[in-house]
Amino acid sequence: MTQQRRSYQIGTGLFILLGFAALAYLATQTTSVANFSQGDSYALKARFTNIGQLKLRAPVKLAGVRIGSVESITLDPAKLDAIVRISIDKRYGEIPDDSAAAIFTSGLLGDQYVGIQPGGSPDMMKDGGEFVLTQSSMQLEDLIGKFLVNGSPQKPANDASKPATTEPPKP
Amino acid sequence: MSAERRPSMLGDALAQVGACGLFLLQVLAAVPKSLRHFRETVRQVWFVGAMSLVIIMTCGLFVGMVLGLQLYYVLSIFGGTAALGTVVSLSLYRELGPVVTALLFAGRAGTSITAEIGLMRATDQLAAMEMMAVDPLAYVAAPRFIAGIVAMPLLACVFNALGIFGAHLVGVSWLGLDNGTFWSNMTSSVDVWKDVVNGVWKSVAFGAVVSLIAVFQGYTTPPTSEGVAYATTRTVVFSSIVVLALDFVMTAFLM
Amino acid sequence: MNTPPASAAGAALVEVRGLRTVLNGKTIFDDLELDIPRGKITAIMGPSGTGKTTLLRHVTGQLAPDAGTIRVDGRDVPRLTRSELFDLREKIGFLFQNSALLTDFSVFENVAFPLRQHLRLPEELVRNIVLTKLQAVGLRGAAGLMPSELSGGMARRVALARAIVRDPMLILYDEPFVGLDPIALNQVLKLIRTLNDTLGITSILVAHEFAAVARAADLVYLIAGGKVVARGTPDELTRADSPWTRQFFGGEADGPVPFQYPARDYALDLGFPATAGGAA
Repeated sequence: MTQQRRSYQIGTGLFILLGFAALAYLATQTTSVANFSQGDSYALKARFTNIGQLKLRAPVKLAGVRIGSVESITLDPAKLDAIVRISIDKRYGEIPDDSAAAIFTSGLLGDQYVGIQPGGSPDMMKDGGEFVLTQSSMQLEDLIGKFLVNGSPQKPANDASKPATTEPPKP
Repeated sequence: MSAERRPSMLGDALAQVGACGLFLLQVLAAVPKSLRHFRETVRQVWFVGAMSLVIIMTCGLFVGMVLGLQLYYVLSIFGGTAALGTVVSLSLYRELGPVVTALLFAGRAGTSITAEIGLMRATDQLAAMEMMAVDPLAYVAAPRFIAGIVAMPLLACVFNALGIFGAHLVGVSWLGLDNGTFWSNMTSSVDVWKDVVNGVWKSVAFGAVVSLIAVFQGYTTPPTSEGVAYATTRTVVFSSIVVLALDFVMTAFLM
Repeated sequence: MNTPPASAAGAALVEVRGLRTVLNGKTIFDDLELDIPRGKITAIMGPSGTGKTTLLRHVTGQLAPDAGTIRVDGRDVPRLTRSELFDLREKIGFLFQNSALLTDFSVFENVAFPLRQHLRLPEELVRNIVLTKLQAVGLRGAAGLMPSELSGGMARRVALARAIVRDPMLILYDEPFVGLDPIALNQVLKLIRTLNDTLGITSILVAHEFAAVARAADLVYLIAGGKVVARGTPDELTRADSPWTRQFFGGEADGPVPFQYPARDYALDLGFPATAGGAA
């Protein structure tokens, strides 16, 4: 009888443990808390004039493969641009130091991520290094705005400062 | 509640609610005394909690898988499948986890609590405890009530974890969603306090409500086999209604 | 209230005075008076529905009467607080009609239950006490069984062992012979007698079976219509010449206890024109 009671207690203990393990897993692995837990990685820095909807822990991809994540986003008070710290998995230690970082959107409405276009330099990025070439996020609103402006006949070429993003005017 | 006597259903319902409220006070008053029967409480956590694990885990997995499939389909219309992890986890944490767990709990543990106590009533076991100077409120009712409150949030967490796993299985392993996207989207938009912990509060409340109804129905059932049968049915019906109504109220206030 | 000395020798252990009870509009007891002497087996008999079980519920404080006093060992039961009542109940054993063993626990744990709930005894001592009591009812070998594995007679003996495990001053038996075969009935009967004689326990026995009661009881109360209608030793009652005793102990179908439940006029109920006295 005492044996039986003991096994109940052990079973109950295991159940409670399992429940709390599940809670701990949910709380730490699937929420923003997970941003603080990183494996072996090294940090890089990139400056953007506009990061759009880039969020913490957004993926960092090279050639479409996820190699790290966004660790922090801060504003540089002097230059008034965004400093994005990203942490790259130690496995992907060989990124040429003339690579470019850009903010892309996955799909039309998907989340934004940092894409890295590798350069050709023989030297590799080191821990704490900074991307020299960056391309800011494309704002959907800007695109639409430009499209509307360019499309209207009154102002044919008012905004040509960013030729990369100009859309061909539609009839 | 005999079938032929239904002059005022509203009056009956009000009387039930009132009696249940008074019973809650009695049980709460018996809680300090029930701490002396700590072992019994532990045993009840085992019975209502651990014994419900299998159904909770199976259902959690399938709910997660269904959510994965359905939401993937819907999100793919907008090209937003990357948000699958976010949508699945938020709907699980905030609504489906606590609610579905509470409904399953009412069906699995609630009915067995009602039937057990009803049978104890019918076979004079409760009266026998009274006669042995053991307060059945403290020895029978309160431990099951506490066990429900303890077990429900834990079960809901297990349910959620299995649900996420199921959605991950469908979204990432079968439909080819990127693993990192799945997690990163989730972790960037799910908040510990607002989503996870609020969901836990919900399930604590549901645990209290469901186990209170189950214990109350068992405790006040007419001591016949027919009475016990009706009482178990009432446990499921009332628990479901109250859980869903309370869910609405809590969602309005908490979120 | 002048409280009589609690353990005055010879004084009745249970005194019921002017008891009046109405349940669901039906008067169960009307000015009932009776005394249960110490150290004796007192049987309460009567037709079904006279409230014999209700009387036991009054004595143990499970039910409050509408009027009257019930004194158990000098304490006025209806006026006790819940904790005082529980103190009193610790000294009372109660044998339920359907044994009321806790289905979750083995026979051993059932008997040990009152000990574990109220006393912090070393496991060794609990074991010894429980086994002694089980030996007394002849079921020491069944200690490991679960209640579902017991026959009705065995279950009742286990319940008896549980009722005496804390050496109560008073045991109440609610219909202890119902549903027992003659062998089991004799075993229970012998136990009631032996326990009373060896432990000096006062016993109240509620039963229908006069033959069985006559062999155990020292004193018999016959209750009918909410009152005590006869009182005496079993021998006196069998010889008494009252319509109540004749009907009850002789087992006649009709008598002071009517065969017919009170009803409207028979002819009227069947839809015939009213006969004498049944004017609509």
